[in-house]
Amino acid sequence: MMSSLLGGETVEVRFHGRGGQGAVTAANLLVDAAVRKGLWGVAFPFFGAERRGAPVTAYARISSKRIYTRSMIRRPDSVVVLDPAIMNYVNAFAGLKEGGAAVINSPKPQQPPAKARLYVVNATRIALDLGLVLAGWPLVNVAMVGALSRILGIELDYILEAVRSALSGRIAELNAKAAERAYNEVVEVGAG
Amino acid sequence: MKRLTLTGNHCVAYAVKLSRVKVVPAYPITPQTTMVEKISEMADSGEADIQVIRVESEHSALAAAYGAATAGVRAFTATSSHGLLYMVEMVWWVAHARIPMVMAIVTRTIGPPWNIWTDHHDIMSQRDTGWLIAMAENNQEVLDETIKLFKITEDPDVSLPGMIGLDAFILSHTVEPVEVPDQELVDSFLPERRQPYVIRSGDPLIMGNVPADLLANAKMRWDVHLGLKNAEDVIEKVDEEWGKLTGRYYGGLVECYRCEDADYLFVGAGAWVGDMRIAVDMLRETGLRFGVLKLRYARPFPSRRILEAVSGKRGVLVLDRAVSAGSAGPIFLDLASHIYSARPSVPVKNVVAGLAGYEANYEDFARIGESFAKEVSESGWVSSPLEFYPGR
Repeated sequence: MMSSLLGGETVEVRFHGRGGQGAVTAANLLVDAAVRKGLWGVAFPFFGAERRGAPVTAYARISSKRIYTRSMIRRPDSVVVLDPAIMNYVNAFAGLKEGGAAVINSPKPQQPPAKARLYVVNATRIALDLGLVLAGWPLVNVAMVGALSRILGIELDYILEAVRSALSGRIAELNAKAAERAYNEVVEVGAG
Repeated sequence: MKRLTLTGNHCVAYAVKLSRVKVVPAYPITPQTTMVEKISEMADSGEADIQVIRVESEHSALAAAYGAATAGVRAFTATSSHGLLYMVEMVWWVAHARIPMVMAIVTRTIGPPWNIWTDHHDIMSQRDTGWLIAMAENNQEVLDETIKLFKITEDPDVSLPGMIGLDAFILSHTVEPVEVPDQELVDSFLPERRQPYVIRSGDPLIMGNVPADLLANAKMRWDVHLGLKNAEDVIEKVDEEWGKLTGRYYGGLVECYRCEDADYLFVGAGAWVGDMRIAVDMLRETGLRFGVLKLRYARPFPSRRILEAVSGKRGVLVLDRAVSAGSAGPIFLDLASHIYSARPSVPVKNVVAGLAGYEANYEDFARIGESFAKEVSESGWVSSPLEFYPGR
């Protein structure tokens, strides 16, 4: 658990994904879950020229106090990578704080970032197991929120409530299962 | 009351639904689009009794909203940047026809080059039109002020349309916790629609023809100004009433943050005021007593409230997210001219920043504030009254 969240400091998160992969939805769900826990949160997208498949980032800021700043996040406490292949040409660890945490969707351990911890979860496997596939793409965003919430110390129940509020019917239940599995399956693989 | 996490655009959609708006003609433009999409979804699902009209341009969007409002129902539309500029003829027309309605402006930079990020040139370019212009700092204020604007604009002492300004992306697409009031509360707050005249089928009325009496026409022009000045009291009263119902009183036309014992004041409007609050706390830790005067309305311009707040201060620093090219920032121009007659001996400086969406945050404001305090204490006045902040 990141003691900074429980200590009342602000936690800043950057999500890396591809356009269409749901990075913005992931940031929004994380904030909704944090608010349900009684915290304050803001989530916002970075709007460059967005195209399906192109690398995108989304941001979340969570705090026990009201958040007033509208500034961009440049020194995140945590980064979440929805598609590990983008790390070949995007520096997903850029600006990651010392002692921070990176969470990567990956079937195997990766090189940890400098002076930060690395966690992996096989969110693609989870999505395929559950049949969470749309237009040929495994839907990994909600699973990654599940994994991240474990690391940030946000209880699973708040994530599940947020998922069921944002989605409905069978899709909500499948995503809730994905979040729960990722919450339980995420592992720390080392620290740089 | 429900606590939801919502974008600024969705806050406007909820406010429109809760205010029982009947007609929303709209033409999409980034970053306004998700607002009218949400309204359209609400109309489609039956959640709201709204007729959404797809039109071929922003000029038509406002013309259709004006038509619906003239016929006696609450009407709403929304736009940004180039869309607003395209509808300007109708913007003047609605105000001078004295037809109350509400329009959201998701403030966005005007091209060229094409730029979708926030600055305030679009909304500030409309300050001579006769519309009320409110600016929001956060999504709760977006929702609350949109609802209040229906009541304020329809007050018989006002009878003018109003704009709610929200910054592109940093409010429009940012999710944060918001308290959404119940329909019963909004119903008890908003009276039946009031307007100076209604055009009904079978009851002909000619409006806007060439005048026979130019003096009467001149008086009508001046009366738009008087209507906006009347709105000052109405805004204060409506905000107090909203505060009693919801616990959220915003200070009326302006809000002061740590103003009372301040030596120096930031003055600004919109979402970046949140960062000014943090800069005030930072500067106070270094011994510089700053405060923020948040301008909640650019029209009517709150001259009396501003004069009260700046009197006796050592310096006033106006931060504008727009510039009237060839002159200075629009808030500075208003503030300086409106306090002139009271002869306050306070130096006022204008810093123009945040143009084209280029971020200016609490660290920038702390730096600008520190340098301003130094300038005032060294020279006793301002050596350079207008500066462009080039960033760090």
